[in-house]
Amino acid sequence: MSDCCSTDTGVAVLEAPSAPRTSGKIRTVALVGPPNSGKSTLFNRLTGLRQKVANYPGVTVEQHFGKMSGIGRSDLVLIDLPGIYSLDSYSEDARVAVDVLHGNMPGTPAPDAVLLVLDSLHMRRQLMLAAPVLALGLPTLVLLNMSDLMESRGGEIDTLALAQELGVPVAKISATRGTGLDAVTQFLNRKSDAPQARPAGRLELPVVGNARSYRQWATGISSRTKYKAPLSSEWTKKLDGILLHRIWGPLFFLFVVIAVFQVVFTIGQPLSNGLGAVLNAVGDKIGLLLGHGWVESLLINGIWRGVASVLVFLPQILLLFLFIGILEDSGYLARAALIADRVMRSIGLNGKAFIPLLSAYACAVPAIMATRTIENKRDRFATILVTPFMTCSARLPVYILIIAAFIPNRPILGDFFGMRAAVMLSLYVLGFLAAFGTAWLLKSSILRTASAPFILELPQYRMPTVRSVGMRVLDRGKVFLKQTGTIILSVMVVLWGLSHFPFDTTLAKSAIGHIGMWIEPVIRPLGFNWKIGIGLLSSIAAREVIVGTLGNLYSADPATRSLSLQAALRHDLTLGGAMALVVFFAFAMQCTSTLAIVKRETNSWKWPALQFAYMTGLAYVAALATNQIVLHLVH
Amino acid sequence: MSALSELRVGTVAMVESLDLPDEVGHHLMHMGFAPEARVVVIRRAPAGDPTVYSIDGFEIALRRETACHIRVRTAQEGS
Repeated sequence: MSDCCSTDTGVAVLEAPSAPRTSGKIRTVALVGPPNSGKSTLFNRLTGLRQKVANYPGVTVEQHFGKMSGIGRSDLVLIDLPGIYSLDSYSEDARVAVDVLHGNMPGTPAPDAVLLVLDSLHMRRQLMLAAPVLALGLPTLVLLNMSDLMESRGGEIDTLALAQELGVPVAKISATRGTGLDAVTQFLNRKSDAPQARPAGRLELPVVGNARSYRQWATGISSRTKYKAPLSSEWTKKLDGILLHRIWGPLFFLFVVIAVFQVVFTIGQPLSNGLGAVLNAVGDKIGLLLGHGWVESLLINGIWRGVASVLVFLPQILLLFLFIGILEDSGYLARAALIADRVMRSIGLNGKAFIPLLSAYACAVPAIMATRTIENKRDRFATILVTPFMTCSARLPVYILIIAAFIPNRPILGDFFGMRAAVMLSLYVLGFLAAFGTAWLLKSSILRTASAPFILELPQYRMPTVRSVGMRVLDRGKVFLKQTGTIILSVMVVLWGLSHFPFDTTLAKSAIGHIGMWIEPVIRPLGFNWKIGIGLLSSIAAREVIVGTLGNLYSADPATRSLSLQAALRHDLTLGGAMALVVFFAFAMQCTSTLAIVKRETNSWKWPALQFAYMTGLAYVAALATNQIVLHLVH
Repeated sequence: MSALSELRVGTVAMVESLDLPDEVGHHLMHMGFAPEARVVVIRRAPAGDPTVYSIDGFEIALRRETACHIRVRTAQEGS
């Protein structure tokens, strides 16, 4: 430490680090680190929780809390923060991290200690963040993550020397494998027994807090601690040679998309049919036990058939999430954003907006949260407004039901690509085009800006782990079951009540029939009858509710009771009406959770209101056009 | 000196200065594009733009419109 202290290197000696904010015991610990350094993986290890982790920068966009029960310290609260490059906040997610660290986040206690997670594969740059974080003066433990990978690729670092340089303890860990975590336990035990800011030691930090001085400081430390960078992953180079190739790259992208739809049909459909058969058989058995009466009618025709008609889509939804999980965990998503940048630019956005749009194939709610990584506010709002056009998994049950009922399964490109997959793919393309067109409209009118810079970090490829992808699929499956068990179940009960009131009447003369007849004139031009109208009304809560509603209504009607839902629909809808229905669902904003998240993220009712009106209007016009076009083509 | 955007794929260069608005410039510097950093042009995206650069072992993609404001010195130009 003799080569420091001169003014020209911009380094000063901090004899006494600034006093800690709290003098008592440690209660709250913050996980800090650059993007994609593995903070959330570590968070899940330490808390036993399951925050979303994936292989691209910017997965975590807001703070998450958890008790550290994974290491037997449930008295301590761990805060997982979005990744940051520095304490100058540049994007919305970084601002969250910086506010929490400074104790400026309402509702979040200021942390008493910091776990600084650095990716040991790239220490030279990662160390730059250590300077401003250590300057906070909080008790800090530096964790060199992915150290197993670093060592296996020939990298080296002297952790003892690093601990001396930084004046804080340093430990090598692997969050994925869970190795080295006893260092965290030791650090916290020691710190909470004898609270003090930092062990005695002279810490040199750059006085000038800019990137240049931090960089010099970090470079100095990495050479003094004999850091040898590991060889970069050969796999990543080779794969990018193909996946970002001028011709093979975009072709592979298309192949992935088509393969997803084909698998959802060829593997998902038989599973779904099997599940449907089992659920129906069980319903019939229970029905026999109950005997005829209103109890059987409510439980079996009302609730069981309605809920089962949504539940059968579980296999397809799990398959979709499996694919999305693999794409996110492998590191391919960032490449897709890179390929898409050119197209995104033509509509006034950049490739970064493509990541939330792709993850909206699963669900728009997390996708809208993910827009926080977009630095420019107007770009971010435009992305939020168009995200619900992307075909989310809640549309899948509606599409599959209608397509399976109305579209014959003829091969187009051999067995790999059939007619049903083609119609499905075109619905996805339709949503995509609506999102793009609307984004272009917004960016050339109310949300116009000068083009914002595009800065995208490409993570190294990684083999998706069964644990990580499996957990994701399992968690989403639970969300789907919970939704079916709560929202859909309660809508079914209300519907049954309305369709049997007054007693001993026909469905058309029941309360629901009256409501249906009343709205029918509005939707008749689209080729919908009043039952579809009731389905549309109920689907404002959540899109997939319509499937349950139709299942419920058709089983309440004696004319269609004995038919399967698909057969009942074929009996009741023209091809034009059926196609208009899926087109309506492609565009309409039927999701209260999405409206709520848009309100939260834009902090105003203006944007969700505009979004709802625009999307519903577009859906109506497009469905009307579809019905009329099909009518003319058929006749 | 030349602009980063002008370099061919495979070229190695040293960053000299960033001629960008403060906010973007600082962000890029924290991501590694600081003076004296060694940058390698890795590959262009399928559409020819953006370009992937390697800096400190990280791969970062930038559009031409941003990279043209980063002044660099190639090995031949010496110092």
